[in-house]
Amino acid sequence: MTSVTARLPMRPALRDPAWRGRVFWALAGLLLLWPALVLTEFKPWVMIEPGTLKSTLKFLGDFFPPKVEPDFLLLVARETWRTVAIATAGMALALLLALPLTLLSVRVLSVSALSGRMAGVPATLRQLVRWLLIVLRSVPELIWALIFVRVVGLGPTAGVLAIALTYSGMLGKVYGEILESGESHATVSLLRNGSGRLQAFFYGLLPQNAAELTSYSVYRWECAIRSSAVLGFVGAGGLGQQMDASMKMFNGAEVSTMLLVFMALVWLADQASAWLRKALG
Amino acid sequence: MNEPRPSAPAANEVYRLPPPLFDARCKACWLVAGVLVLVALSFWTLDLKWAQFLSSDALRKMARFVGELLHPTGEAAFLQKLLKATLETLAMSALGTLIASVFGLLLALPASRTHAHDRARFKGITRLLLNALRSIPELVWAALLLIAAGLGPLAGTLALALHTTGVLGRLFAEAVENVPEGAGFALRMRGVGEGRVFCYATLPQVLPQLLSYTLYRWENNIRAAAVLGVVGAGGLGQMLAFHMGLFQMSETSAILLAMIGLVALVDACSYLARRGMAR
Repeated sequence: MTSVTARLPMRPALRDPAWRGRVFWALAGLLLLWPALVLTEFKPWVMIEPGTLKSTLKFLGDFFPPKVEPDFLLLVARETWRTVAIATAGMALALLLALPLTLLSVRVLSVSALSGRMAGVPATLRQLVRWLLIVLRSVPELIWALIFVRVVGLGPTAGVLAIALTYSGMLGKVYGEILESGESHATVSLLRNGSGRLQAFFYGLLPQNAAELTSYSVYRWECAIRSSAVLGFVGAGGLGQQMDASMKMFNGAEVSTMLLVFMALVWLADQASAWLRKALG
Repeated sequence: MNEPRPSAPAANEVYRLPPPLFDARCKACWLVAGVLVLVALSFWTLDLKWAQFLSSDALRKMARFVGELLHPTGEAAFLQKLLKATLETLAMSALGTLIASVFGLLLALPASRTHAHDRARFKGITRLLLNALRSIPELVWAALLLIAAGLGPLAGTLALALHTTGVLGRLFAEAVENVPEGAGFALRMRGVGEGRVFCYATLPQVLPQLLSYTLYRWENNIRAAAVLGVVGAGGLGQMLAFHMGLFQMSETSAILLAMIGLVALVDACSYLARRGMAR
């Protein structure tokens, strides 16, 4: 026992066996960081130059107290409802568009795949629908909104259409994944015994996956509310458009009220969606 | 005992009446009814201009717009500017994510309760701050920061950093709380301070998870940075807003293509990386 303690030094050497790697990666990171700092014109000190700082502080000072005049609150309430309505209408249209596309793209509902490989034409059709969904999904809703604002003018129509297009791509893709990942036994049995594809969907595939499909849709509705508020900044109506107008007029009190309302709205949507998803199981 | 009860179910189930369409005790019925009312109210209260959207005038405008979009410009000077804006977008997203991961980790420590005797005094207030940062979207942060940071990529970078700090802080705090306690407990028993317990027990265990969260957010931020600029916060978005405002359609089309290409590239890389890692 004593010999062991004698051989061990009282204090182990304080050195890091991996220091070479750490120094190398730290230097490499700094080298990569430099061009990023140059490209983003990262000069945070412009924010504390006297002129800028004064206007920032004045704007922030206006935040307290928030504006709570009755007519203004009424306006904010109306715009908040419009934000929710744009999200809901957009989701409804997105569902209308996504459901047929999902039905067209799901591989489980293929009759020719029952006997081995899927035939050429249906396989191509399904792949084409998938590509369409990818295209719809990969254009951000803000860009759709910019385009539609050009065509139909300022207002909620552009927001509804933008959400409908992007979200139909997302819904279609995820619905397809949900329907294909589940147990397909019941559906395949129905198809084998001569039921039509729609019958097999309504009596086999849909009841099995209904809870998951609904809970994903509710989650997406929550996302749509957030993005419909953002779409307002390019002129697609709702809370965002009002907030944009107030910011351009440097009206801190109005911005602060609307930010608080927006945070409350997001929190409420989050709670409602969590509750609904739990209730659906 | 075996006598049939008076209210026995119908002998043949097929002839039973279908269930009523609406039942006050059925949760799903109320849900469906509520959703239908909400959708109907939404369409009814919004002054949607379908007639204007589907009018021949709007359709012609749309067709001309699409026609113009199909001819992207190929000028070398413009393409160089476009490349610079694309790199700027990437740099904004990378730097924003980096700043956010540092501040997210710093805020995650007070926001998490690491062991049973940890009083975690600042947990409530830090979580409130993180939630506030998170619930305001990047684009709104960017619009707010324009006043302080001026037009340009700095506002965009800081906006991404602020929103992502909220997201990553919460994810990091949850990762830190869920870490297995053994190693930290062993160190604490010997009287090692909290800082060193974090460095030698907690951090090595959560680091892979923190890295994967950070990479995931970076992917999201590239997508966000591409469009963030439309309020004037740098990158491809600012260029898009500028040229679209001047009705320079061939330039707009090239920028849109670059944006969609960037997003598609990120999607493809993330898909390949995921598939590679799953193997």
